[in-house]
Order: sequence, then C-alpha cells, then structure tokens
Amino acid sequence: MIRNLFILLALIITPASLAEEMPLNMTRGVTDISERVYDLHMTILYICCAIGVVVFAVMIYSLIYHRKSKGAEAANFHESTKVEVAWTVIPFIILILMAIPATKTLIAMEDPTNADITIQVTGSQWKWHYRYFDQDIEFYSLLSTPRAQIENQQAKGPHYLLEVDKPLVLPINKKIRFLMTSDDVIHSWWVPAFAVKKDANPGFINEAWTKIDKPGTYRGQCAELCGKDHGFMPIVVKAVSEQEYEAWLSAQKQTAEAEKAQAQAALSQTLSMEQLMTEGEAVYLASCAACHQPNGMGLPGVFPALKDSAVATQTDMLNQHLDVVINGKAGTAMQAFAKQLTAQQLAAVITYERNAWGNDTGDMVQAADINNHAKQEAK
Amino acid sequence: MKTLTPEIDSQPEAHQEHDHHQPPKGIMRWLLTTNHKDIGSLYLWFSLIMFFIGGAMAMVIRAELFQPGLQLVDPNFFNQMTTVHGLIMVFGAVMPAFTGLANWLIPMMIGAPDMALPRMNNWSFWILPFAFLILLGSLFMEGGGPSFGWTFYAPLSTTYSNDSTALFVFSVHIMGISSIMGAINVIVTIVNMRAPGMTWMKLPLFVWTWLITAFLLIAVMPVLAGVVTMVLTDKFFGTSFFDAAGGGDPVMFQHIFWFFGHPEVYIMILPSFGIISAIVPAFSRKKLFGYSSMVYATASIAILSFLVWAHHMFTTGMPVFAELFFMYCTMLIAVPTGVKVFNWVATLWRGSITFETPMLFAIAFIILFTIGGFSGLMLAITPADFQYHDTYFVVAHFHYVLVTGAIFSIMAAAYYWLPKWTGHMYDERLGKLHFWCSVISVNVLFFPMHFLGLAGMPRRIPDYAVQFADINQIVSIGGFAFGLSQLIFLAVVLKCIKGGEKAPAKPWEGAEGLEWTIPSPAPYHSFSTPPEVK
Ligand code: HEC
Ligand code: HEM
Ligand SMILES: [Cu+2]
Ligand SMILES: [Cu+2]
Repeated sequence: MIRNLFILLALIITPASLAEEMPLNMTRGVTDISERVYDLHMTILYICCAIGVVVFAVMIYSLIYHRKSKGAEAANFHESTKVEVAWTVIPFIILILMAIPATKTLIAMEDPTNADITIQVTGSQWKWHYRYFDQDIEFYSLLSTPRAQIENQQAKGPHYLLEVDKPLVLPINKKIRFLMTSDDVIHSWWVPAFAVKKDANPGFINEAWTKIDKPGTYRGQCAELCGKDHGFMPIVVKAVSEQEYEAWLSAQKQTAEAEKAQAQAALSQTLSMEQLMTEGEAVYLASCAACHQPNGMGLPGVFPALKDSAVATQTDMLNQHLDVVINGKAGTAMQAFAKQLTAQQLAAVITYERNAWGNDTGDMVQAADINNHAKQEAK
Repeated sequence: MKTLTPEIDSQPEAHQEHDHHQPPKGIMRWLLTTNHKDIGSLYLWFSLIMFFIGGAMAMVIRAELFQPGLQLVDPNFFNQMTTVHGLIMVFGAVMPAFTGLANWLIPMMIGAPDMALPRMNNWSFWILPFAFLILLGSLFMEGGGPSFGWTFYAPLSTTYSNDSTALFVFSVHIMGISSIMGAINVIVTIVNMRAPGMTWMKLPLFVWTWLITAFLLIAVMPVLAGVVTMVLTDKFFGTSFFDAAGGGDPVMFQHIFWFFGHPEVYIMILPSFGIISAIVPAFSRKKLFGYSSMVYATASIAILSFLVWAHHMFTTGMPVFAELFFMYCTMLIAVPTGVKVFNWVATLWRGSITFETPMLFAIAFIILFTIGGFSGLMLAITPADFQYHDTYFVVAHFHYVLVTGAIFSIMAAAYYWLPKWTGHMYDERLGKLHFWCSVISVNVLFFPMHFLGLAGMPRRIPDYAVQFADINQIVSIGGFAFGLSQLIFLAVVLKCIKGGEKAPAKPWEGAEGLEWTIPSPAPYHSFSTPPEVK
C-alpha cells in the first residue's frame, strides 16, 4: 500500500523527462521507425504540456485573484474579435507544424516495398501462425505460460503471459514485410518495440514492415478483442544476426524433415491406450481446452461440452468426431485441426476425448485411421 | 414565432396554477405523464440507476484487474462486463441524463409551457427501461450476454457470438428509437415554441448545443440501427455483409459503426458544453465570453464530426491518403474545441468568482476535459496512434472525456438546478465532500491508465503481465474510491428532495435565464402564458 502511494506520488510529480527512463512511457523501440514514432509522441506531448501550462496558469491565476471573497468585482467585457481570431489562428499553425513530421513518418511507415523477407502472419483464436515465404517453414506460436500460474497456484514467472512455445525468429538489418490475415475474427499483431500494429482481418491481407536494429527478444500482444482468450495470445520475436538466422533456417528445415519422416512412420504404428491418452491429454490441454475447458464441460451456450456428448461417446458417430476435429465446422469457432496437428496427435486427442471425463468408450483411434479418413474424403 | 401545442389552443384559459391540472397520485402519474418535468425526472432517475449498475460492473472489472492472474471471474464473463459496462454507461447513463436535462430545462429556458410532443415524450422514455431489461436479462442466458465490446466488431459479434446477440440487437434498436424520438421532440420544441423575442442568438447555450446534438442524433442513430440489423441478418439469416467468404468485408462494419460512433461521442459532450457555458458565467458573475463564437464552434464541431470516423481505424489497413485525410480532419477539430476552452477561461478572467459545488464541478470539467482533449490530439497523430491504439491509453482518454467530461457536467448541472427542481437548497457541505472525493479519486483511477497504455498494456484483457501490476493496483483503488464517492451524490439528492433550506426563485446571484424567473420548485405548469423576452 505505502509503496503504491509513493509510486503514485512519483507519477504525479515526476517530470516527463524522468518518465522517459521508467517503463511508464512509450518505448523507443529498436527500429528507425519506432524511434521516429517515439519522437513524434514526445513532441506532441510537450506541445500539449506547454499549452496546458499556459491555459491552466491563466485559469488558476484567475481562480486565485478574481475571487469574490477577495473583493474582486466582475468586469464587463464579453467579446474581443482580436483575441478570438488569435486563439483560432495560433492553434491552427501549431497543428500544421505538428502535421508535417507526422505525415513524413506515416508515409515511411506505409511503404512495405523492396522487402528482403516476407512473413505471413495469421491470427486465429487464440494463437499466431507464421509462414516464411520461399522457405517452406511454418509453425504455430502458442502461449506457454502454465495454467497453474494463471490460476495463481504457482508463482508467476518474469515473462508471465508474454511467453510462447515457438517465437518468431527474424534477422536484424533486413527489411521484413509482414502479410497479416486471420482465420476467424479480427486480431491485431502488435510489437511495441517495432511500432508495428496491424489488424489481421479474415479474408483480407494487410501489409506492414520492420527493420530491426538490435538483436534481442521483443514481446507484444494481440491488440484487438478477439474473444474469450484475447488476453492470452502473446507475440514473441527473437531478432538474431544474419548468420544465426541462416543457421536457424537450416535447423528448422532439418527438424521439419525429421518430423515428416516421423509422421510417416507413425502411420504404421499402433499405440497403446495409455500412450494415446498421455499424448492426447497434452494435445487437448494445449489446443482444445481454451474452448472445451480442461474438464470437457465447455462453456454452455458458447462452446459445447464433450463430456457425455453424443459425438464423443456413441460408436456410430466416430466418423463425425473425426470429421469435426480434422475439418472443423465452417461458420463456427471450431477450427480445422488437420493443418495444426499431426495425424498421431489428432488420433491421440480424439482417443482422449472418447475416454476422458467418464466418456469411457474404450475406442482407440490410430494415426492410420486419421489418414484413411482423409483419403475417403478425397474420393 | 408563437406556435402553441393543440392542447393549449383548445383551452387557453385553463393554464394558471390550478388544482385541476395537478398530477394524479401514485404510479399512474409516472406511467401516463406527459409533463416535461415529470418525464425529465424519470429520465434523470433512470440514468442514475444505470450509472450505479454500470458502475457496479466497472467495480467487477477493477476487482479482477487488482492483481495479475485470474481471481474472481472467468475471461468470458469479464468480456461481458466490459461490454455491458460500456453500453450501459453510454446509452443508459450519459444519454438519458442529457435527455432528462433537456426535458426539464429546455421548455423553461425558452419560455415554453411543455415539450412540443408530450405524448411521444412519454413513449420515448417508457420504452427505455425495456431496452435495458432486455440487455441485462441477456446476461443470464446460457453462454451469457454480449461479450464483443460495446463496439461489437464483426465477425466476433456475428459468426462467433452466442444467441444472446439477438437480444442485444433488439435492445439497441429500442434505445435508438427512444433517442430519435427524444431528438425530434427537442428540435420541434426549440424551433416552434420559443417565447416571443427569444431570437436564435439569444438562446441559452444549453439550448443551442442540444439543438445541434438532436440533429446529430437524427443523423446517426439510423446508421446504428442499420449496422445492428446487418449484424442480425449476418448472424441469423445467412447474409454476408461482413463475411469475406460471401463477398462482404469485416472492415466495412467498422466504417459504418464509427460513422455513427464518432458523432455519438459528440452527442455525449456537446450538451456538456452548454451546461458549462451556463454555470461558469453564473459563478463568475460575468457574461459568457464569446457567445456567438461558442455557437459557431459547436456547429463546426458537429459538422467536422462526420469527417473523422476512421481515426478509430488507423490499424485496419487503410490507404495512406485516407489515413492522412482522417488525421488532418481530426486535428482540425482541436481548433473549435480549443476556442471553447479559451472562452471559458476568458469568462473566468476578472470575474467575481465563488466556489459553490456546481462551479467546482465546472472548473474540474474545464481542466480535466482539456486533458482528455490533449490525449485526443495525441491519438490523432496517426503514427503515434499505432502505438496507442487499443491500449489503456485510449481507455484513459475516453474516460477523461466521458467521466470527467460528460458525467462531471451532468453532476454540475444537477447541483446547479436541484434548487429549481426540488425547491430546496442541497447540502453544500455534502456537495463539496462529494466533489473533492470524486475529483481526487477519479484522477487516481484514470491518470495512471495513461502510463499503463504507453507501457504496452492492451485494453479489454482480464489478466496482464507482471510489470503492470503496481499501477493496476493504484488504478483499482482509485476505482473503488470513485465508486463509493458517488453514494454521497445519492445522499445529497435524496436529502435535497426531502427538505432543506427553502430555495428562492433565483438561488445563484449571477444566474441568468428564464428558468430563474419562475418560483422554486418550478410549478407543475410553467410559462402557460409565454413571457416576453427583450
Ligand atoms: C476456438 C474455440 C475452439 C477450439 C480451440 C476447439 N473447439 Fe471444438 N468446437 C468449438 C465450437 C464452437 C464447436 C461447436 C461447433 C458447432 O456449432 O457445431 C466445437 C465442436 C467440437 C466438437 C463437436 C461437438 C459436438 O457435440 O458436436 C468436437 C468433437 C470438438 N469440437 C473437438 C475439438 C478438439 C479435439 C479440439 C482441439 C484439437 C477443439 N475442438 C478445439 C470450438 C472450439
Ligand atoms: C465508475 C467509474 C468507472 C470505472 C472504474 C470504469 C472502468 C472501466 C475500465 C477499467 C474499462 C476498460 C475495460 C477494458 O478495456 O478491459 C472501461 C471501459 C469503458 N468504459 Fe468505463 N469506467 C467507469 C465509468 C465509465 C463511465 C461513466 C462511462 C461513460 C460515460 C464509461 C464508459 C466506458 C466505455 C465506453 C468503455 C469501453 C467498453 C469497451 O471496451 O467495449 N465508463 N471502464
Ligand atoms: Cu485478440
Ligand atoms: Cu472518434
């Protein structure tokens, strides 16, 4: 409490110049553009402060010296064309002076041409997907803060809510173009250190760009209300030197190869119930629990329960179960998971749903079943 | 200029203070009333109740945000709270309060016996409670009420919302119809029922600002009705206005919404300008400085307000030239707004000032609204807006203009005219206590939000990163204190209605206007014979 009161006092009396040093002000960021935006912000702030000081000083002077209790008698004036013209024209001129640098910065910000690297950023409830053009690399990036921290059962880490499983890796000193879009509702991709905030609109593509000066880890968040877990879809960018970036690219490609081989191998594997359930639970908690809830109860009226639901318990509806998870359901929040999860993960999570929370069907789904389902559809 | 309502024409002599025209007793008085003072009171009470309900939701929001982590409510309910808090404060607290003030004051200020369309007046009030019962009722539906923000962006409000959206749409429709009827009534009254000699440039500024507000309302409420209807048909009847898959465009939603939404924010502040322009001269004992420039400034703000809507949409990916256009127009609005502030300060200058509660609120309005105006100017600078947009900086900005702007002016108005309404002076000590508690807590509540936003905290989130914890705690403490302080206001009003020192016809030395020429409390029927204005 006491400490907060002190902070409060500090907030009120600290001049803006000091506030620059504290994390109370806009970040200067690590790009040329973000510096220019910061300078604009500080300029307009100082202009406002200056106008405020003048206007409020006159006002306060008047409140002190023109009080009736001090014997002040009201003057009679109530018009003055000169004064009125002056205080219309002077603000107008100040605004023009302000508009000039703002226009220049804006035009620079909106010029994504001649990019070295293009990344497609896709928002979906509630994760980001990154695709590196011409590189055959793509992945989802999900919040990695454990649920226990959010629910206050564990101490919160230093990057609470601002950490992900796979950060976006970018090289410094390269012009990077982002193509933003969305699979469902509107999201907004915001990294303060780059001064980039651009909406990801479903069905449309927006452009933005950045050129990072310094290596480091930069964190941001989704900035447009996108449903229940809008507060839980952070962005983490790791900016590295060009050599490191190249190394990372080739490592990614190798992992991707290995994963493909593994997925191929999985198709002929038969897992035990226990293996399926363990993997299924992990997948479920990471990819499904946000909507269907960890206990499978869903949110009535918004997200259906899977516990005791017909689809997840009746044997003759197994096909529908596979179908809804693989292909999603158009026009609802239920996404197609075929691209997000491997066949083995899909098999595991479906098995999990059919056997967890007392569903106890005993049904097992294997990676091969997922593959067959997809093949049948193709016919 | 002397058009009387048909009622009055038919029985011209029956309009002195006679017992036969006193109101019936009991609930029927209020249900059937066509009296502008009764309807004004209904609107004002309704608004106060909504202010407390919306405020209670704000307390839930601030309690959840007191600490990082999820403690009290789940994110889905949190989103319902922010959405319904916003809707109730905008459509339930601020707008009905202004309509209530218009009902009470406009006829008395222009020397008219009542509003021009008294039956429609009754109707426009009595549909409102149903609108809000429907909205609040939807919170108890399976899946809860609206959770897509008061701006209900598609497709979050269409494809991805639950079925309570139908109730939301219906309720907004009713609010819109009520506002349009209220606005028509104000316009017809002002245009036709001014007392002889009450020429346009003699109108009190409250009347002027409301006249302009009423035109804004008639222009944009149908746009709101249109956009909610499109949401309804997109969600339930298979159209795709806002769905790219069917050839629509979700960004078009935002254009239509903000074409309503930006004039809407002026609907919530222009009547405040009128109130402050009445109170500041009264307690400075000096005429308002620059009356005619006030009128022109109000009109130019109203016109410009149709040209700036897309400043809420800089991040949606508009072409640069559009961004520049909307940036320049928005900056331009600062000019007439500045003129107003300068005029008020010039009115204070070399006045003979006293500090009764209405004046305290008016002075706080000028300073704090100006701070809200400054942050507004910062938000207009498009490159900087990319950093501010959808953060707590915006939440701070609009609460400065709405709470310390609109709400403070409504409080000031209530204190200023309470003696006229009730016939009693309010308790000045309690009033001042209310003021000081409010003005301190409101700044503890909203000022640090600027820092939260600049440091990177997005709005509409139920949980936040640990570096925002300390400031959020301060903000929440300010929030609880501000919420509690408003109970003092309730006490003042109740006490003033019950009794208190008798108020003279004109309790304020420097007050001007026809409403102070009739006794306090204002008789049930006033100005049955129009006064002569010289
Ligand atoms: C963004 C929220 C969301 C996520 C994440 C999500 N679902 Fe769903 N799911 C829904 C919604 C909404 C429906 C209902 C669709 C409809 O209206 O038919 C649904 C329906 C289902 C159904 C059909 C239920 C029935 O009774 O018809 C199954 C099975 C299902 N989801 C499984 C999953 C699995 C497995 C995952 C994770 C891999 C998952 N869901 C992730 C929102 C989600
Ligand atoms: C009682 C004091 C108040 C407190 C403590 C308060 C608090 C808040 C907070 C914390 C939010 C942001 C929620 C979020 O983005 O997560 C919010 C949103 C909002 N408030 Fe208030 N508020 C108060 C009074 C008011 C008043 C009087 C008005 C209107 C006149 C108002 C209008 C709004 C609007 C329009 C929103 C936006 C809702 C949305 O994001 O959709 N508030 N309020
Ligand atoms: Cu979001
Ligand atoms: Cu606006």
